[in-house]
Amino acid sequence: MDLFEYQGRALLARHGLPVLDGDVATTPEGAREIATRLGAGVVVKAQVKTGGRGKAGGVRLAENPDAAASTAADILGMDINGHTVRTVMVAAAADVVEEYYLSYLLDRTSRAFVCVASATGGVDIEQVARETPSRVVSVPLSADRGMDVESARDMVAAAGFPNHVADQIVDIAIGLWRAFVAEDATLIEVNPLALATDGMVRCLDAKVTIDDNASFRHPEHAGLIDRTVVDPLERLARERGLPYVRLDGQVGVIGNGAGLVMSTLDVVAQAGETLGVGPANFLDIGGGASAAVMADALETVLADPAVRSVLVNVFGGITACDAVAEGILRALDLIAERGQPLGRTLVVRLDGNGAEEARRILLAAAHPCIERVSTMERAARRAAEIASTAGV
Amino acid sequence: MAIWLTESSRVIVQGMTGAEGTKHTRRMLAAGTQIVGGTNPRRAGQYLDHGDTRIPVFATVEEAMAETGAEVSVLFVPAAHAKAAVIEAIDAKIGLAIVITEGLPVHDAAAFWAHATRAGNHTRIIGPNCPGIVSPGRSNAGIIPEGITGPGRVGLVSKSGTLTYQLMYELHDLGFSTCIGIGGDPVIGTTHIDALAAFEDDEETAAIVLIGEIGGEAEEQAATFIRDHVTKPVIGYVAGFTAPPGRTMGHAGAIVSGSSGTAESKRRALEAAGVRMGRTPGETARLTRGVMSAG
Repeated sequence: MDLFEYQGRALLARHGLPVLDGDVATTPEGAREIATRLGAGVVVKAQVKTGGRGKAGGVRLAENPDAAASTAADILGMDINGHTVRTVMVAAAADVVEEYYLSYLLDRTSRAFVCVASATGGVDIEQVARETPSRVVSVPLSADRGMDVESARDMVAAAGFPNHVADQIVDIAIGLWRAFVAEDATLIEVNPLALATDGMVRCLDAKVTIDDNASFRHPEHAGLIDRTVVDPLERLARERGLPYVRLDGQVGVIGNGAGLVMSTLDVVAQAGETLGVGPANFLDIGGGASAAVMADALETVLADPAVRSVLVNVFGGITACDAVAEGILRALDLIAERGQPLGRTLVVRLDGNGAEEARRILLAAAHPCIERVSTMERAARRAAEIASTAGV
Repeated sequence: MAIWLTESSRVIVQGMTGAEGTKHTRRMLAAGTQIVGGTNPRRAGQYLDHGDTRIPVFATVEEAMAETGAEVSVLFVPAAHAKAAVIEAIDAKIGLAIVITEGLPVHDAAAFWAHATRAGNHTRIIGPNCPGIVSPGRSNAGIIPEGITGPGRVGLVSKSGTLTYQLMYELHDLGFSTCIGIGGDPVIGTTHIDALAAFEDDEETAAIVLIGEIGGEAEEQAATFIRDHVTKPVIGYVAGFTAPPGRTMGHAGAIVSGSSGTAESKRRALEAAGVRMGRTPGETARLTRGVMSAG
């Protein structure tokens, strides 16, 4: 889960890292109150989970509380790369003398972590790395050693941080690493890390991603989930514990196993290319899907008004296909009981363990909304054809 | 031969007495796997009965190995305790640890990897969040369904469980030497490259099927390895062309970040290395069939 800047900032502050004083507001009046409390000049920053805020005009200085309110009025509601600004952060403005860069991230290849640092910050670090690679250092960090004083001193020297901030950078680097581990983060990026006229180095921005798999040991992270912008169908799926991603096509997809479902989306996209249709969603019902799970899945997919046909693609492994076929039939009954019209055709492809028995079950049921197709490619083509001709 | 797992492999199950552990221990026994023991510190001295077979429960991996001569462990330990369980297996110097557990925090996977490295890397780790490994007709360690296919000369390595089963099913008449699900998490032990190297050295394997999916650079690195080191024909498939950037597609590691980790980049890299790429699982199976009948 990616955090908003203000959440990342609060997380760093909780771990004792130096950040600017500030707070969040959702109204111009709220921004004015924060600016009044902070006194002096403030910076008003759009809170969106995307880059390029500055360029889009989503980060601006305001000299007094009135200016903070009018700036917040401008920024709230702004669209930045498709993200609507619903919250602004109002923080004390810093008199920045120098800007640096520091981040920790997961490195899949080395199965470990890496610290990326540069004495040139406040700009796109990938651009710095391309144009002047000598200014960016990457320090590999194993999970068991991490960033200790010695490696932090080496990093500071290698990145060419000026002597007058070296001790502060070492402290911040170690503090950030501790926060990174304690919070089960997969990314903490501070850009810029800035030296102000008062001689202090502070984290002026915080981009943080935390590992959803670690939620069992971080009950407090539940409060960080952004419930405002989540697609209503994705929210429904999440409540039901179904991995679901909404896409913009017309063929609803339900399958078992992440790889098989991704593959199904691709095959639907290929089949639908010339027909002008594509996959409407990713939905993985997992290994041992019961009838209730299948009903939840079908209901979620059918709740998308763009869906004109549904492709159920299951490979029977430990859960045999006959159980899946029974599950589909019971799911259709459940949906009927819940009073929802189906109104769309299910193209069903069941292969593997118990496929023959499943064929007999579906044949006997002769459900008017179910079409059986024997291979994944043909099923995808059939579902795409139906979606391209079905009326909405 | 098959790779890493044969009929003589002696296997223990960590977390054997839990619901998943019990269910899959019975399945593995039915498949002919030599399960010689399990571990659970609170139930040491008890047995799991399966037909006429009594499988002893030991307190620790070390004790189980000493008593049974086991060299393989399959782990069904819940995510919260999986790190400690893998580290226990590493410290006991087991040869192969297969981590079925899903939902493991990535810091925990990185931690047991660091531990394995420090311990000298004598334990091969497969997973986490993987279906395991099967050498059809010989031994099955993990949750790959039994009976899809029999022994043969195709080797398969995949990030995805169900795509593995799908390909095994489509090529069931050809049969497989060994099929390995390496898992789709961001940090995994055994990689595509490890499996490619082992299949290249395995006399029984005539062709290799490689299945990848979006996220990370493992497939690109595998492509380089294939170009430089693999002489056997490789048939490839990559899933996730339709995945939107920045969204996790089921597997924790299946995510396109910015411009990296895309299916297109992986397809191109593999194709450039001479891998025959299928556009669908079905086409991948047909390509493999073509290679095997030509071979």
